[in-house]
Parts: sequence; structure tokens; C-alpha cells
Amino acid sequence: MNAFDWVTQLLYVTSAVCFVLGLHLMNSPASARRGNQVSTAGMALAIATTFALVVHAGTVTATGWAVMIAGTLVGAGAGLYSARTVQMTAMPQLVSLFNAVGGGAAALVGIHDYVRLAGATTGVPEAITITTALDVLIGAVTFSGSIIAAGKLQGLINGAPVTFPGSRAVNIAAAVIGVGGGIYMIATPSVPVMIIIILAALTFGVTMVMPIGGADMPVVISLLNAFTGTAVAMAGFVIGNWALIIAGALVGASGSILTKLMADAMNRSLRNIMIGGFGTGDSTPAVAGPGGDVRSVAADDAAIQLAYAQKVIIVPGYGLAAAQAQHQVAELAALLEERGAEVSYAIHPVAGRMPGHMNVLLAEANVPYPQLKEMEEINPEFPRADVALVIGANDVTNPAARRAGTAISGMPILDVDQAKSIIVIKRSMGHGYAGIDNELYVNPKTSMLFADAKTALTDLIASVKTLVG
Amino acid sequence: MSTALLTDITIFVLALLVGFEVISKVPATLHTPLMSAANSIHGIVLAGAMLIAVTANNALGYILAFVACAFAAMNVVGGYVVTGRMLKMFRRSRAPVAAADTPASVNGQRKGGQA
Repeated sequence: MNAFDWVTQLLYVTSAVCFVLGLHLMNSPASARRGNQVSTAGMALAIATTFALVVHAGTVTATGWAVMIAGTLVGAGAGLYSARTVQMTAMPQLVSLFNAVGGGAAALVGIHDYVRLAGATTGVPEAITITTALDVLIGAVTFSGSIIAAGKLQGLINGAPVTFPGSRAVNIAAAVIGVGGGIYMIATPSVPVMIIIILAALTFGVTMVMPIGGADMPVVISLLNAFTGTAVAMAGFVIGNWALIIAGALVGASGSILTKLMADAMNRSLRNIMIGGFGTGDSTPAVAGPGGDVRSVAADDAAIQLAYAQKVIIVPGYGLAAAQAQHQVAELAALLEERGAEVSYAIHPVAGRMPGHMNVLLAEANVPYPQLKEMEEINPEFPRADVALVIGANDVTNPAARRAGTAISGMPILDVDQAKSIIVIKRSMGHGYAGIDNELYVNPKTSMLFADAKTALTDLIASVKTLVG
Repeated sequence: MSTALLTDITIFVLALLVGFEVISKVPATLHTPLMSAANSIHGIVLAGAMLIAVTANNALGYILAFVACAFAAMNVVGGYVVTGRMLKMFRRSRAPVAAADTPASVNGQRKGGQA
């Protein structure tokens, strides 16, 4: 190793330290911004180091420089534009898209290295082929899977589980061809075989994500995030770059943790989710509610109840975000606070379309983060709440989860039924994703305010203002 | 099996463990920014994409280098910018900007500060 190699390796280690520090600083909202800056600095250092490496190599042709710089500028422009303009509700799509391009780039790095070595007289070393096969397989699966996930979230592809006759067979066939081809490629270097496994992996990505329904998206995105990290780490193995290995491993760890947290929050195994959702989507209109025991309430009455409450817990679900009513709920909360009430938000881990999504939506609506409470933190507070206001959340509030033998048995829920009174804003008696009746709605303490979330909240704000001034 | 591969595997496993340790301490409130931050970190693949250019000397190599650089640069730039944008929204107390919308916010601000 010469002095130049020493310096570049040490600089890569420094940037890895910045990544770890950056993630560490995210353990609190107060330091998280600094964490992102530290991480950005680490990335800038890694890219600058790589640039020095490229210059030092001295083998880059004029065309090589042109494509490298043009590609980077085009990509950076697209990234900057999408990051600046994206709506916070569309955040899961954007994260999926970044997973797709990250995984895709990792696969391309592996493909290039393989094609180059296969053409050389020395052949491809075995250790490189194993990691190349893994890099290309995982990268391609992530690429196509993430694009399908983004399409589903954006509504370009049917969000409900999509299956066709034989889709499982295609899925299994693609997996077998991918893995079999990968093994063949390790034994006998062959570019055509690599092309076949790329196609098989792309097919597998599509057939893997298509049967997964809307409410399971937080798990899918987390899983694809873990895949991307692993693909990048494998690309690091292929080209022998520690920065890629470390960064990829960090992302792999992060994605795996989030995948487990999300699956636990729905009390479903990963296998169960991958095989296909139980419902057909979460907007299925109701056929039959639990009947006459449901008490309906007008906005005025609900407003009085809220206005005289000392402690209000708001339980937002994806329905709130779908109705774009985050700002209204924040306004109502501010109004109640002004009247002296204590307001907090109970956030279930899977409220939204990606882990923690609801927190970002409420933060955007100017809700201070100390009011955003995690499930374990808020559950003991429900018995002291005068009113629990449920907006667009369904299955995560269903007490049926505490009993055995229902579709959601064992799922951790928010203890909304323990509040002194409950107001549920809902368009109809429609079912949630799990497709079962919510026993909360027939609770004698519950009043149902049947309306669109945005309209209902606007009415409540107006009523609180006029009735009690 | 070469020593280089063994070193790489060691680094990979240790980095995974560090990742598990650090990330399990991130509160659920920040899970979306966390995922987005992790997303930008895997944008390091741009380093790999740039290194393609070192050995690229035919049309296929140039195409791969271009697409890989474009993908990776989009990942890294977009990831950091959007993470920063999100984290900027997390405030301890209600921001004064909202004062224009609701007359209540002076009061709200005080309460938010106490929370």
C-alpha cells in the first residue's frame, strides 16, 4: 500500500464515522438535524475521495469523464427537484423511488465489473463472482420491487393485492432461475447467464410486491430499504470498497429493524405479509355495521364535548392523511389548548404508509413534537382522557384485538376504549384493512360523527368558536 | 478464499452490529426521517458508480457508467435534501408562522414551550 491508498482509506473510514454519528444523533428530534448535516459532510468527503481516486487512476477516457459528469449532474438535478417539490403525503413513494435507483445503481456496478472481468483473459475470481451474483440479484429485485411499490403508493398501479392465476408459480420460477443461474454463474463465468438472472430477478421483484396490499406498505418499504443496503454492501465487496460495505451494512441494519417493528405492530409474520394481504384494500365500503347500537352525533354536540374537556387525545390514522386534514386537526388542537385543555396525539406505529409517516405529516401541520406520543407512552394515559378523538384510524383501535380468534387478535392496539368518552370521525361504518367490525363503535361511550375528516374538523372548529367563544 | 474477502466480511458484520445498536435507539417519531437518512447513506453507491468510469472503455461501459451515476446521484442528493426538509419541520413548540392563521397561537406557543 502506498501513501495515496493509505490516505484514501483513512478518508473513507472518516466518512463511515460520520454516517454512524449522523444516525446516532437521530436518537432525538432536537439533535436530528445536526445528525443529517454530519452525515451529509461524511458523504461529501466520500465522494471527494472517490473523485481523487478516479483522477489518480489516470485511465479515464474523455468519454468516460463526460458520461460520469453528465450522469451525475442529471441524477443530482432530478433528485434535487423531486426532494424539493414532493408533498409529505407522497414521502413513501419518493423513498421507494430512491430505493429503486440505489438498488439499480448497485446492480449496475456489479454488472460492469463482471462483464469487464469476463472479457479479460484472467477470468473472474471466484470470491468476486459470489458477491457479484448476490449484488446483481438483490439489486435487480430491489429495483423492480421498489418501482412497483412506488407505483402502488402513487395510485398508478392498483393498491389492492394483485394476483393472477399462476402468479405464485411465476414468482417461484423466477426465484429458482435467479438462484440457479447465480450458482451456475459462480461455477462458470458467463455473461448470457448473468443476463438471464437479471431478468429473473426483475420478474421476481414485480411478482413479490404485486400481491401486497396498501396497509402492508410500511413493511414492504422497510424490507426493500434493507435490500438496497445489502445490495450496496455487496457492490462494495465486488469493487473492494469499504465505504460501500459499511454504509450498506448500516442501511441493511436500519431496514431490518424497521421491517421487524412494522411487522410486530401488525402482529403479522413477514411470510404472511409477503404471501398476500387479508383484505382487498382499506377503502371497501361497509356492507353491514354492528347494527342499532351505534350512536351518531352532530358536530355541534361533539364540539361542546371537546370544548369542555380537560384532556383530549387525538388518534390519527391514514384516513386523516388521505383526507388531507392534518392542518385542520392541528388547528382544532390549538383552539382546544387555548381553552386550557391538554392535547396529545396517539400515534400507532403503522399509522401511515411508511414507518413514522404520521409524525412527519403532523409535524408539517405545525404540531410540536413533544405532543406526538408513541403507543407505549400514550396507552396508560387513555383512562385519564376526557375525550379520545379518533380520525381515520380503524383496526388499530379495535378492542377485538385483545381477544383470541379474530383477524387482528394479538395486534398491539391503542387503548382508546378506556377513555372517558370517545368521538369517532368516519365517513361510514366501513371496515378497516382487516375487514372486520370495530367493537369500539358499539361501545356505549362512543359517539360517531359521520363525515369526511376535513369537513368534520372544519365544522368542529367553527362550532367550538361560535358555541363557546 | 482470500484475506481481502475475509477482511471485507469482518467489516460488513461489525458495521451491521453497529447499525443495529445505533438505530434501535431512534424513537418512532423519527422513523420516516431515519429511513430517508438511511436512504441517502446508501447513495454512497455513487462512489462505486464513479469508479465504473475508471475501467469503462466501450459503449456498454459508458452506458452503465452514465445510468449508474445518474441513479446514484439522484439517490444521494434527493435523499439528503428531503431528510433535511423533513427534520426542519420537527419543532419543540408551535412555530410563529402559524400565528397568522390562528389568533390562538400566542397562547399555544407558551404551552408548547412548557410541554
